[in-house]
Amino acid sequence: MSDRLLEIRDLKVTFGGLDALSGLNFHVDEGEIVSVIGPNGAGKTTFFNLISGLVAPTEGEILFEGDSIVGLDPSIVTSLGIARTFQNVRLFPNMTILENVMVAQHCRTSQQVFGALLQTKAFKKEEAEIRQRAEEVLGFFGHRLVGYRMDQPAFVLSYANRRRLEIARAMATQPRLLLLDEPVAGMNPMETAELTELIGRLRTEWGFTIVMIEHDMKVVGKVSDRVVVLDHGVPIAQGSYEEVSTNPDVVEAYLGRPVEANK
Amino acid sequence: MNARAMTLPRSAVDQDWRHVLRWGLICGLALVGLCLVGMPVELDRRALIERHLSLGYLFVLLVPVAMGWVSSTLVALEGVENRRQGLYDLVTGFLVGLMGGGVLSLLMVALDAWNLRDPLVNWSPQLFRFLTYENGMGFGAAAWLATGAVLGLAGAALHVVPAVVRRTTGFVVFGLFFLSVLEAAISDLSEGFGLESLTDWLYAKKGGLTVTSTIVFGLVIAAASLATRGRIKAATDRYRDMEGVERQKASTILFVVIAVLCVVLPMFLGKIMNELLANVGIFLLLALGLNIVVGLAGLLDLGYVAFFAVGGYATAVLTSPNSPWFAPELHFGVSLVFVVLAAALTGLLIGAPVIRMRGDYLAIVTLGFGEIIRLLFMSDWLGPYFGGAQGITNIPGVDLGFATVKGTDPRSVFYLVLVFCALAIYTSWRLQASRLGRAWMAIREDEQVAEAMGINTVNAKLMAFVVGAVLASFSGAVLAAKVGSIFPTSFMILVSIIILVVVIVGGMGNIAGVLVGSFVLIGVLGGPKQPGLLQEFQNYKLLIYGVLLVFMMLKRPEGLVPSARRSRELHQDEFLQDAWLKGDKLDDEDAADDGASVVPAAAPVGDEGGEEE
Repeated sequence: MSDRLLEIRDLKVTFGGLDALSGLNFHVDEGEIVSVIGPNGAGKTTFFNLISGLVAPTEGEILFEGDSIVGLDPSIVTSLGIARTFQNVRLFPNMTILENVMVAQHCRTSQQVFGALLQTKAFKKEEAEIRQRAEEVLGFFGHRLVGYRMDQPAFVLSYANRRRLEIARAMATQPRLLLLDEPVAGMNPMETAELTELIGRLRTEWGFTIVMIEHDMKVVGKVSDRVVVLDHGVPIAQGSYEEVSTNPDVVEAYLGRPVEANK
Repeated sequence: MNARAMTLPRSAVDQDWRHVLRWGLICGLALVGLCLVGMPVELDRRALIERHLSLGYLFVLLVPVAMGWVSSTLVALEGVENRRQGLYDLVTGFLVGLMGGGVLSLLMVALDAWNLRDPLVNWSPQLFRFLTYENGMGFGAAAWLATGAVLGLAGAALHVVPAVVRRTTGFVVFGLFFLSVLEAAISDLSEGFGLESLTDWLYAKKGGLTVTSTIVFGLVIAAASLATRGRIKAATDRYRDMEGVERQKASTILFVVIAVLCVVLPMFLGKIMNELLANVGIFLLLALGLNIVVGLAGLLDLGYVAFFAVGGYATAVLTSPNSPWFAPELHFGVSLVFVVLAAALTGLLIGAPVIRMRGDYLAIVTLGFGEIIRLLFMSDWLGPYFGGAQGITNIPGVDLGFATVKGTDPRSVFYLVLVFCALAIYTSWRLQASRLGRAWMAIREDEQVAEAMGINTVNAKLMAFVVGAVLASFSGAVLAAKVGSIFPTSFMILVSIIILVVVIVGGMGNIAGVLVGSFVLIGVLGGPKQPGLLQEFQNYKLLIYGVLLVFMMLKRPEGLVPSARRSRELHQDEFLQDAWLKGDKLDDEDAADDGASVVPAAAPVGDEGGEEE
């Protein structure tokens, strides 16, 4: 129990009579990479919204490091150490790339109005640290987000780079648990391969625990320690990728029942 | 309009008749609208050039010129060879002007035939006399048809003539216009510098330029425009291209020059001009505060006047011996501490309930709170404390030991307000590049994501409200000390709206923009109750504000002096396209590493921007 980072018990959420999630039990251990897969509408993104506090559960318990985080504001959840990316990339498009990452350190810093007005030593030191950390995080993605690009608005970025910047922004909140919502969606095979490797490095180099929603089974197979399959808001299987991919229930959820079985 | 640019006309009379008809009607309706608003008749009293041209006629004459110009504007397409403008466009302008004159003639006929004075106040015999030049209808109609056509032609001709002529004409016309319209201000200014003889020669006794001075100054301005041709643009371009240290140096010099001007110039200005500058300062202070709330944090606050009122009333209560309930008669400086506290508290009180609303809802609720605060100050219920409709009078000036700042000495008020404005500019500048400023920007972009990225949006937005409230309260305090009395009627909803217009027209989110906005609107046109440079427009101020706002929203939504961020935001496509045309590598999607390995070696290299989004 000691290294349980996130534990979810009997989580249930209902949207106007529709059970988006019903009775989900789930846990992540420190240092794990867990993939959540499932057909469209299975409740994967809702699951992320629940953890990050954007949606309140109808029933159930979410424990982060042993404490309940149900009902906390998203900003507090983030400051406790859970950061996320969004399926439909949601950057701050008119802020520069550097600012996008700098602003994500809000909850780790503390200077207020007077620091900025009086330009105190503490203020200047903190600003320098924020900038340095931002550059460090951006540097993780190679040359793509650094240099002259740091001062360009985020909307000039290509799709793949927007995805990268979103991960960088989540990293900048200094989380312990990183929730990645379809990190390679829309990327070409080269970019996918590269990002898959980076996800592995996020754990080894930065020490993040990762929960990832992904449709690309190659990525899932390569990086996950464990795979959880959701269907209609219920977990139908979990285990290693090999176990899950041969599980008849999972195959059925994705492809439907074989014709002969109906007879 | 696009079709006009692409197809070549076969001949000058082969016009796009729909286009001509549309602009002709717009021209005519604009003329009729202007007449029925009453501008020509009232402004006819104000002479621009002695006996020859009045402000009223100028406005009517401007319409066909503008419409001739607009209707014959060619949509220039980049990278496509555009046809040369010529006779075809002149005919367009001519016809548009002619139709405008025709519609005006019809108005004349109608004026003669029916009396519609009941709903239309300006449907008057004076208007008829104005339009016919007191020479009968036949003459009037012929004259307007002719002038309309000629002026439309002149407007269109501006496209055809060489750029030098266009520039020089523009300089001369605008130069003479300002010289004549700003008669009062220039006389006031010249007195300070001991140049009365110049103004005596420049202006006729009854007002307006004399014919000689018009010609002389027209030539002077033309010469000046020819001499400075290309220089101004080159200078601004050079400033824009500067980078790093050089740019910083240039900016510092510019800043110092402006600062010195601000301090030195008022010493030479007369009472009227200083009064005007003080008013501009008071509204600039408000606009800077609102700029933080709306421009940076994106909270559309339509009840901003509430904080202005709180600042004014707090100062009045604390410093005036006449305040009905509590009159400690504190010094202005001491009372300022309490004013700040009161404003911050009001900011929190108003902010707390409305802060969770977004967009339009926030605007509506703040609008309500702005009115509530005014009505509270006016109410009988709080009358014993704030004097109700009678307000609080006898507010002393600011005793600085060596001088007293009071309304009868507008120069001192200007200096006081200058100090506060400097403080507000410094605050905006510093906060923009701070942790809080970035949080505000993020909230403006996407509140939900900002929250998910760890920003306590409620706190950040409340801070924006409080900072804005404190700056507005300074403005209120200065107003109280300047006017010497405070009434609820000084804090009408109109004040909020005018400040918002100042911020929008100037350039939201940009300090320089707000500065320009308040000089142009408050300085030139005047505040809600304060006269501006163009005192003649007093009655049409709101109309002009409205027209200006609509025009800006359509043509230049980022404002006169936009912030780089905001113009990028409003013109994302153009920004990307420009950069692409210039060959900037915005995001070439790593052609260097990934691309090279994917694309076979035989493939043509260097299709830069091929993968641009």
